[in-house]
Amino acid sequence: MSFQPLKTITSTTLVLSAENIDTDQIIPARFLTVTSREGLGKHAFNDWRYHDDGSETDHQLNSDAAKACQILVGGHNFGCGSSREHAPWSLTDYGLRVVISSEIADIFRGNSLKNGLLPVVIEKRAHEWLLDNPGAEVTVDLDACEVRLPRNGGTYKFEIDAFSRHCLMEGVDEMGYLQGQSDAIAEYEAKRG
Amino acid sequence: MAQTLFDKVWNRHVVVPETDAHPATLYIDLHLIHEVTSPQAFTVLRERGLKVRRPDRTLATIDHSTPTLINADGSRPYVTEQAGKQVEMLLANTAEHGIETHGWESANRGVVHVMGPELGATQPGMTIVCGDSHTSTHGAFGAIAFGIGTTQVGHVLANQSILMRKPKTMAIEVNGELQAGVTPKDVILAIIAKIGVGGGTGYALEYRGNVFEEMSMDGRMTVCNMSIEAGARCGMIAPDVTTFNYLEGRKFAPADYDAACEDWASLATDDGATFDKVVTMRAEDIRPMITYGTHPGMAMPIDALVPIAADETEAAALNYMQVTGGERMTGLRVDRVFIGSCTNARIEDMRAAAGVLAGRKVADHVTAIVVPGSEQVKIEAEAEGLHEVIMASGAEWREPGCSMCIAMNGDKAAPGELVVSTSNRNFAGRQGPGARTVLASPETAAAAAVMGVITDARTLGAAA
Repeated sequence: MSFQPLKTITSTTLVLSAENIDTDQIIPARFLTVTSREGLGKHAFNDWRYHDDGSETDHQLNSDAAKACQILVGGHNFGCGSSREHAPWSLTDYGLRVVISSEIADIFRGNSLKNGLLPVVIEKRAHEWLLDNPGAEVTVDLDACEVRLPRNGGTYKFEIDAFSRHCLMEGVDEMGYLQGQSDAIAEYEAKRG
Repeated sequence: MAQTLFDKVWNRHVVVPETDAHPATLYIDLHLIHEVTSPQAFTVLRERGLKVRRPDRTLATIDHSTPTLINADGSRPYVTEQAGKQVEMLLANTAEHGIETHGWESANRGVVHVMGPELGATQPGMTIVCGDSHTSTHGAFGAIAFGIGTTQVGHVLANQSILMRKPKTMAIEVNGELQAGVTPKDVILAIIAKIGVGGGTGYALEYRGNVFEEMSMDGRMTVCNMSIEAGARCGMIAPDVTTFNYLEGRKFAPADYDAACEDWASLATDDGATFDKVVTMRAEDIRPMITYGTHPGMAMPIDALVPIAADETEAAALNYMQVTGGERMTGLRVDRVFIGSCTNARIEDMRAAAGVLAGRKVADHVTAIVVPGSEQVKIEAEAEGLHEVIMASGAEWREPGCSMCIAMNGDKAAPGELVVSTSNRNFAGRQGPGARTVLASPETAAAAAVMGVITDARTLGAAA
């Protein structure tokens, strides 16, 4: 798996302000019978975007403006629920590179990092500003670990694990790194018997 | 230095310690796989020319996409052709890599988190992963067990290790005497309602206190299973004689069992060990619980009033559920009842459901299905005659699988239908687009089936 390196993203924001947006909302389970990871963007937030007959709802996710956004701002505790990596796969295929919230669920967060989707947990004040200003043009700078808000909204630091940051910025995945530890793993196995 | 159960198990598995620059490399003792989250991982192995490092530490089954009905000709009615292909792909991948697989012919096939413990593959002190968030179930044995995504399934297949930073620890202490009619499901729903659906994010939980010490393994698994519903990737209970008695004689139980038990007994949290956070509850305060909203933290005692929505998100949840703040859930008309899932489909759950259904009839307007968690649960339940009791009530007795918990095999509710379910998630649309899910214990679910409305099982008189 490889993805485009991610250093700085400047984009308008797509705001989904509901709290606790779970992975069943991001990609309903009936779309998980796929055996490849491509093409899931059309099912991102499927049940918000389509009527039962398959026609589009008037949800903002169907708008051209939303589809042009690379930054999603979600309500508190975004991505709770299952471990399905189909959730970040569907979001990146939809066109997103960054998810910002005041809290992001652990498994979704880890899955995102491995797929070139940057999860940004930001302080409440900045989060509220973003929720109140949908469509604002925001810069997320992974090199500086900053989110820069327009119109004097301010600049906010965010934290990210150094290793994950390195992998995202260089577009490398962890498989190679783990393969490089095979001697240490073999030694551990030998020691434990 | 005094250590917690989590610390002890973690430290035993560190291959390379974490530093500021990189996470720890953690060795994985047991990797459970199933058809839904593994195909893309095997594809990565193929693309890179990698082998499965330890097929002997990998165990597979089919559960999520599998039908729970059998056609008259013996074939399986897959919901889509693609679902059938996903199962075939799992079987082909595991055959190619020499991984023990419990497919259609196995008497041990089952929901992955029911099967692992039954085989004795789940053991105290282990690290266990699976591409499924309810892997936390196995923490009931004193293992560090957590869900991973498909990329990490690939990492573990190839390296038997993952990269991970050590989480913080939280003790959940529940002491005292549970009231009659309060089940392990009620205990965990009460805990999630207290700490919140994201309250455990970043933490490994340890459930402590006499309530868990006195619980059976089936009950402990129900509790640990739903740790993730509070945001915690893993939840553990110290192994003790209940654990040792459960595992003894099972397929993968260690040969020198006494030595293993002695080692396992040493894993319990030391006196004086500290947790990053401690939450305490009184057992006496816990009542039978149900959910009223669209996440498991929106749970309340069954005889309480639905809280008034505090914000737009909560108002939207109540609106979706078609319930009103200030009113009761009891008395609401029920369309379907699902008794099953990795949360509540073990033998004790089957007995609990059958206990309520015995001598009663499922209400005419209710469709009730009972889905045992594994072939072994099914065999044991049928040996006890539970299936006859269940079918005599008018409920269906199905083949093992995840079924309506994740509703990806075709077992689902219609838009607007109200489902009382023993599963773990009441997210909007989880059990079918527009379906409304109420989470509860097997007793409460069975009571809803026979009364046709949400009912406090404690108020049922003796069966006719």
